[in-house]
Amino acid sequence: MNAADIPILSIMLAIPVVAAALCLFVRAELARIIALSATLLNLVLGVVLWISYDPAGAQWQFTESATLFGPIGWRLGIDGISLTLIMLSVFLMPICIGASWTSIQKRVGEYMAAFLLMETLMIGVFAAQDLLLFYIFFEAGLIPMYLIIGIWGGQDRIYASYKFFLYTLLGSLVMLIAMLWMIQFAGTADIPTLLNTDFPAEAQTWLWFAFFASFAVKMPMWPVHTWLPDAHVQAPTAGSVILAGVLLKMGGYGFLRFSLPMFPEASAYFIPLVFGLSMVAVVYTSLVALVQHDMKKLIAYSSVAHMAIVTVGLFTFNQQGIEGAIIVMLSHGLVSGALFLCVGVIYDRLHTREISRYGGLSVNMPKYALLFMLFTMASVGLPGTSGFVGEFLSLAGAYKVSTWATFIATTGIILGAGYMLYLYRRIAFGPQVNADAAAMSDVNGREMWLLAPIAVVVLWMGVYPETFLAPIRRDVATIVERVERAAPAGDSKLKLVDPTTARYRVMHHTEKNMAEGSHK
Amino acid sequence: MELNASLALLRPEIILTFSALGLLLVAAWREQAGRLISILAVTALGAAAAFVVTAMMNATDASAFDGLLINDAFGNFSKILIFIAAAIALMIAPRFLENAGAMRAEYPVLILLSCIGMAVMVSATDLISLYIGLELQGLSAYVLASFVRSDGRSAEAGLKYFVLGALASGMLLFGASLVYGFAGSTSFAAIGAAMDKEVGLGLIFGIVFILSGLAFKISAAPFHMWTPDVYEGAPTPVTAFFASAPKVAAIALTIRIVLEAFGSQILVWQQIIIAVALMSIIIGAVGAIGQQNLKRLMAYSSINNVGFILIGLATGTEHGISAMLVYLVIYVAMTLGSFICLMQLKDKNGGYREEFVDIAGLSKTRPALAAALAIFMFSLAGIPPLFGFWGKLVVFNATVAAGLLPLAVIGITASVIGAFYYLKVVKVMYFDDAADVIIESDDKVLVWTGGLLAAANSPLGYFAIPALGVWTAYAARALF
Repeated sequence: MNAADIPILSIMLAIPVVAAALCLFVRAELARIIALSATLLNLVLGVVLWISYDPAGAQWQFTESATLFGPIGWRLGIDGISLTLIMLSVFLMPICIGASWTSIQKRVGEYMAAFLLMETLMIGVFAAQDLLLFYIFFEAGLIPMYLIIGIWGGQDRIYASYKFFLYTLLGSLVMLIAMLWMIQFAGTADIPTLLNTDFPAEAQTWLWFAFFASFAVKMPMWPVHTWLPDAHVQAPTAGSVILAGVLLKMGGYGFLRFSLPMFPEASAYFIPLVFGLSMVAVVYTSLVALVQHDMKKLIAYSSVAHMAIVTVGLFTFNQQGIEGAIIVMLSHGLVSGALFLCVGVIYDRLHTREISRYGGLSVNMPKYALLFMLFTMASVGLPGTSGFVGEFLSLAGAYKVSTWATFIATTGIILGAGYMLYLYRRIAFGPQVNADAAAMSDVNGREMWLLAPIAVVVLWMGVYPETFLAPIRRDVATIVERVERAAPAGDSKLKLVDPTTARYRVMHHTEKNMAEGSHK
Repeated sequence: MELNASLALLRPEIILTFSALGLLLVAAWREQAGRLISILAVTALGAAAAFVVTAMMNATDASAFDGLLINDAFGNFSKILIFIAAAIALMIAPRFLENAGAMRAEYPVLILLSCIGMAVMVSATDLISLYIGLELQGLSAYVLASFVRSDGRSAEAGLKYFVLGALASGMLLFGASLVYGFAGSTSFAAIGAAMDKEVGLGLIFGIVFILSGLAFKISAAPFHMWTPDVYEGAPTPVTAFFASAPKVAAIALTIRIVLEAFGSQILVWQQIIIAVALMSIIIGAVGAIGQQNLKRLMAYSSINNVGFILIGLATGTEHGISAMLVYLVIYVAMTLGSFICLMQLKDKNGGYREEFVDIAGLSKTRPALAAALAIFMFSLAGIPPLFGFWGKLVVFNATVAAGLLPLAVIGITASVIGAFYYLKVVKVMYFDDAADVIIESDDKVLVWTGGLLAAANSPLGYFAIPALGVWTAYAARALF
């Protein structure tokens, strides 16, 4: 396999940067084409990456190493978890460019350049194997996103862009100090080495907190989620897609890559905190979503609720829960991205996000209503869609740790069904009260090309999740093994028996016999 | 023979002295030859820098004039940085001063004299030579601040700078006399030896007064009050000069006196430095928020940055000093670049603009200038992947290594406040509607130097990290 010989990750990082530089100097039409070609090229490279990734091979594949920048090592490499998230990023990027094709008319070159830079930084976050390099990619994303929200955003874009920038910056800076401490302690910034470094338990507590400050904001967890609804509502459609689709996943990725395997004891110690915040988030943000009048805000709050399921899943310390959390991340990336695109479709026609301005769209926009329905169902977690697989697995994993947390987190699914179906009813069903909404045309070819691929993947993930579970299984097992020593006891006391085997029947039979026998 | 050896060590300073005097003569005969004299002055700085580089390569660590001055890697490193910054300040000035009707031959001469003062400052190992260097630099600076005589603000800036500078010099001298009285010597080495035993109240008073005087020179809080007024009033190229070269010199001087004279009593001065550093970071950040004038904003930014640099000094380690030097190099590039951008804000009547309202929507009318200024602002805020991030990183890395975790956490958290106003500049340029008052710059020197500095602050700067690390570590080692 010679795919390992070429520095494919560096190439994937370089393509968008070069394209971004070109976009700055050309006229609008050409900038769009350059951006689309670059992102499609990266998608092709991503597929190559996926195909040549060997789930049974070395833990870190496609590794690269260069010492160009002194203490900051240019070390790249991916495991299965990174692979799936990189795939998510390169899959959503061309869709984002397509979604901005006609809706962005001012300063197109700069817009495309900002998005292309975002792509590089997202791939960089998931591929970096050096702590400082990771931090640079992680933090650098603030600049293009700040500009995207601030220049091409809605009414209150300036407030939203400031809030986004400063909130996330404050969260991350303390993490930087923790990283510096870790590098000094371990004598290296190499992430694979740090993953197997045992930090002293008392240091773990504050290191964990420093990382938590950053990832909880990024995730976002209640109560530091307030930047998200503002940023989502004000960002242009493609900005929301990338924000919900990929940027939020950086928080989850961070927990998975750093907090859990590097600080297992501290992670176990803080399970009540994480579960507590997540439970509040699930119920509270779902209820908030229920009363929204603004479509984007509703979806933004639903993101917070879904991300809370991710944090619950991650901190279960078992295979099911963590796998489930990753699938929820992937699924939410696709589904919330698609929902924002759906909002974008009708927003482009009527220029309002007010739910009450629509109604009965299934009459004049049947294709749209169908796609919107699919994504609504996927968001609710209907079996057969991607949402179900992830939520089921992570909640099943959580059940082993805390039955109460699982119980409350599960209400989120019911509430989720509540607010999503209510949204769908108000938009797609009912009488066509607004004449202008009733006159809107159905999705055109371009919009179909944006939504259909996501729909296919959502169904694929729902029907045959093994495709997405196969590359992550071994890496999740590695993490579970690593955190085993601190794993919580759990309150469900499950018995490990397989009901399909003869052993189960024999065991139950003898138990029954014994019970009966003792009565005699 | 001894005299010859001492003079040989001072070759750069001697070159500059004779150039300054020679150019002063030329200026006396040819009042209008400002441009020519500027070019000659830059050449003289280049020649002096060449000698400094040679000395640094040869690694001669030698004292001159019985321990009044020293020629070591630390001093030489600072001198190179100072000469480069001064040369840039010379190159960018002529057209600006011509427009202001003040391009006289004294400008380059004063800069050269100031450079001699700074060269003495960074190589002084005695309180007397320290003071001579400081005053030579200071007096040139007072004149430079009021260089545009016809402008009331410039004259006011010069006067303010002079009065407050004299006060600071007085404090420094008072402290020096106390230290001399209690330690029995003015030489850093002898003071250091005297402090090895015990530190009485008199010495502590001396240290506090000396550090206060120096804090004034580096515009660290709580002695920063002059900075916004002087930075706003002085002609912009002069402000760019003030924010770069003299700051390097004064910080290098502070490092040397703190480590060589008071080094054995780290607990005495460390708390002062920590307090001054944190105050500077916070006051620099909070004070900048309400500013409408961009030069005043940059003044607060420089106060803020001095705070970060001093955090490196608070560690008192070799690692910390080399981190400070890295930060200084990057800071000089950022701050000179920012001022070069500000100097290009010219309206169609040829007047210079320096208010927030003037740069509204600059990214639409002058995209390249706006992009360069945005790079400098994000870099000053320390946001990766811009190069300013690296400066903050090494300083905080040294702090963490020295075990000063609370200081690191407070300092880095306070940098978020600073990020707010840097973002405001970007916001005004990129998000607001175009005011369209700024015309295309016709000054190629500004465009090129600004462009080069912007490239250095972009992620391309990361390629310089290995070389920068080697040189600063080498320079810092000279002090330990």
